[in-house]
Amino acid sequence: MIIELLFMNGYAVYVMSAFGFTLFSFLGLYTITKLQFVKEQSKFVSKFESLNPEKANSAKTQRINKEILADATSN
Amino acid sequence: MFKILEPNKIFQITSKAPKYILFLFVVVLSVGLTEALILSPEDYKQSDAVRIMYVHVPSAWISLGIFSSITLLSVSGFIFKNKNFFLMAKSLAPSGFVFNIIALVTGAIWGKPTWGTWWAWDARVTSMLILALFFAMYLIAWRIYEKEEKVFKITTFITVVGIINVPITKYSVEWWNTLHQPASINILTKSSIHSSMLFPLLLMTAAFALFSLLIFLMKYNTELIKIKNKGLDRL
Repeated sequence: MIIELLFMNGYAVYVMSAFGFTLFSFLGLYTITKLQFVKEQSKFVSKFESLNPEKANSAKTQRINKEILADATSN
Repeated sequence: MFKILEPNKIFQITSKAPKYILFLFVVVLSVGLTEALILSPEDYKQSDAVRIMYVHVPSAWISLGIFSSITLLSVSGFIFKNKNFFLMAKSLAPSGFVFNIIALVTGAIWGKPTWGTWWAWDARVTSMLILALFFAMYLIAWRIYEKEEKVFKITTFITVVGIINVPITKYSVEWWNTLHQPASINILTKSSIHSSMLFPLLLMTAAFALFSLLIFLMKYNTELIKIKNKGLDRL
């Protein structure tokens, strides 16, 4: 039964390469997108840390900035 | 009018949503793969080669859907002078392009056992290749043009020209004699596909849609942080 399933009447090589290519593309796109996100997030954190307290406080008045920082520290 | 969609307001949702969508995607994909590779029946003509349909068809549907959405967002961005629409369109493009490539590659793999060739300059296949070229042009335009106004104009132009290809792709199998089979699923009339194959197909479509939503949100959040990074530079 398992051999039958794996053999797929001789079409296994086609079916598995189509599914494999799809899942490999998913993994690649996810990894690239995640890396880009993490890169921008760490750039934001390091820029924020280099601000003087007055500018940092001013930047923190924007809700989105606070959320980016909170999100970066929780990851 | 579109204040509810302002990045400052929706970041709280868009930053937290990816982890839940990733979880849902893994669950739906696992069930979908089990159905597609093990539980669904083989075709009486194509035998097990028909299983390629479960990755090929959803990919083609989603890439066409994404290109249409990108066009709608770009035109809306242009009409309503809303930068956020362009940002959303830009964030949708990578997954649309990847799904387009998956549809082409899995189509070629499916073509070998069924048509006897990896590639044919068939109307459906060629129009999907043209769609991939439009996706590529759109993505390249965002990379090479730095001025916002210019990139908004050029990307909108690309999508407006490219959208002409979408109905051509959809109806190519009806307008011309093609190697590609006609649509088995029709919303308005009765579908010719059996429910035992329709169910896994819809499950895989749901999984792929969740994946494109996941990539869209991650990319959109990245774009928002990029803008905020520029904002910090100006402080």
